[in-house]
Amino acid sequence: MSARTDSMSAARHRMPDWLARTPGAFYVLAGMFLALSVWTPGFFTRANLTNVGLQVAVLTILSLGMTLVILTEGIDLSLGPVLSLCGVCAALVVVSGHGLALAIPAALLVGAACGLLNGALIALAGMPPFIVTLGLFGIAQSIATVLTGGESVTNLPAYFRWFNHGEFLALPMPIWGLIACFALTYVLLYHTRFGRYVFAIGGNRQALTLSGSPVNRYHIAVYVYAGVLAALASFIMTARMNSAHPTVGVGLEFDAIAAVILGGTSFEKGRGGLIGTVAGAFAVGVLRNGLNLVGLGAEWQVAMIGVVIIGAVGLDSWRNLNA
Amino acid sequence: MTPSELAIPRPLRTLFGERGFIVLTRFLALAALVVALSLLSPVFLTWGNFVVVARQAALQLLMSAGLTVVVLAGGIDLSVGAVLALAACLGATWIATGHIAAGVAAGLGVGLACGLANGVLVAYARIPSFIATYGMLWIAQGLSYAFTKGNVIQGFPAGFRIVGTGFLGGIPVLLWVGVAVVVLLQVLLHYTVFGRSIYAIGGNLSAARRSGMPVRLRLAAVYGLSGLLTGFAALIVIARLNSAESSIGEDLLLPAIAAVCLGGTSLFGGAGSVTGTAIGSLILALIGNGMNLLVIDTLWQNAVMGGIVLLSVVMDQLGGARLLPGR
Repeated sequence: MSARTDSMSAARHRMPDWLARTPGAFYVLAGMFLALSVWTPGFFTRANLTNVGLQVAVLTILSLGMTLVILTEGIDLSLGPVLSLCGVCAALVVVSGHGLALAIPAALLVGAACGLLNGALIALAGMPPFIVTLGLFGIAQSIATVLTGGESVTNLPAYFRWFNHGEFLALPMPIWGLIACFALTYVLLYHTRFGRYVFAIGGNRQALTLSGSPVNRYHIAVYVYAGVLAALASFIMTARMNSAHPTVGVGLEFDAIAAVILGGTSFEKGRGGLIGTVAGAFAVGVLRNGLNLVGLGAEWQVAMIGVVIIGAVGLDSWRNLNA
Repeated sequence: MTPSELAIPRPLRTLFGERGFIVLTRFLALAALVVALSLLSPVFLTWGNFVVVARQAALQLLMSAGLTVVVLAGGIDLSVGAVLALAACLGATWIATGHIAAGVAAGLGVGLACGLANGVLVAYARIPSFIATYGMLWIAQGLSYAFTKGNVIQGFPAGFRIVGTGFLGGIPVLLWVGVAVVVLLQVLLHYTVFGRSIYAIGGNLSAARRSGMPVRLRLAAVYGLSGLLTGFAALIVIARLNSAESSIGEDLLLPAIAAVCLGGTSLFGGAGSVTGTAIGSLILALIGNGMNLLVIDTLWQNAVMGGIVLLSVVMDQLGGARLLPGR
């Protein structure tokens, strides 16, 4: 106990507290902005920065939901396939001649249903989150593939492109979608009873249960909300690709987990926050963008981000041991 | 007083006991599958089909054996498929040029190295196992794509392929290999200090620490063993397929976990066995065989695997097998 206090005060002497607490994402972002602007003249062009913003919009929206899930000491590996499935459903509805009035509720319903299944099995049956969501990963992936026969859904009506190409006050729609989702999640997390429960479930779920609080419904709601955000993100993704492919979301959950962890949210005791996640998503997006510009292939990008995830969590647990 | 305890119907628990429920349901499932498939398909009860099922079950067991050991120790290894692909690609490049011994060493070495890396991250850096191995999944996958550049490696010497395609005493060599692995692991897990400490670590980590055993070292060794077994499985898989490519492991993770869950091994560690995983692998092989014989679209395969994982865990939970601690 005293050894811990000693090392903590030693750490305080070495480094200002706020600097040690700043999530790794900000350092990664700062470092990469510096490196990229020096090495690649193409980086600070309007076209490339818009490109980064558009790429990051889908990932950020997904990461917001993932943040809430990880704050409850959970994980959602199914978000990528759920995004694919929602995109496929919306596209099929639109292509069959029904308008957005049916497509939007359909996609949201699919996302919410997947989240409901995840949440119910985790909260009510007490199953480990990574097993439940891995099972749903397979199910959602399979249904998306079966619905389309493994092909892309194409020939989307022209108005669908508005989700990606539309502009309002000189900002593209994905950026507005990102801002809206962030604002909504921010209010939910920091200014509602739901948000207090998110932190409390991660902090000490057993205490909540024993005190007679209705933990389960809030715990389920977290996964439903993550699924709904994935459904919203699927519209931007589909509009960007101008088609809905059943495997388009594969690996996105991985980037989202990386973003959340880089953003300083911890797997233990409900510590972390939303602003860090946004920085984390931009860090992952810029990292991928930068590796593209440098000419590194997708296979190395994937390996690099694996290293980044392990590094960030390792740093986090090392800090916990030393502070 | 946790919700999971309240959800367990008492009659089921008292009737079968904790492990008895698992054994009973698995044998019922096996019997139901055999009866249903022999009624639905005329080819099911033929020698040729038996060989197919036996080989598939043995392959599945080899791919799930390492995972079983990790799960028994209270962890999870999400990197099995990707590490298998990396070991297969590296081993295959040597074997395809005739250097069988070098290829086998490369495959086993890659598996061991990835496993030990996982083990060090989990045991010494204290990273949650599903995060460390999830990172390793993408690292190994990226490396195997970078290594093969999307090419398929083909054409292995006949002497190597015997393991996957040959017969010994009228029985497929693969089946012998599977049985040997089960026996070896069973002895290791039940009759050695290392094996017993795996159950101790998975059953109660802090009790294991306080008893003075070198928990970190053994935990790292568990992941190393898992990696080694995965490397071994990789060699067998390429001997069976006669080719290796970087995408070979993509759809292997879910079935590997499904076999372990079906085998009744507790996802929180400390309870279960390799023989259980062998039974789980046999059930999966029968389901896969049935889907083939009844011409069900392979696009459904992932959904079936995901459904089996969820169903078996929920069922055991409700049946009182207490796969999960009452926390």
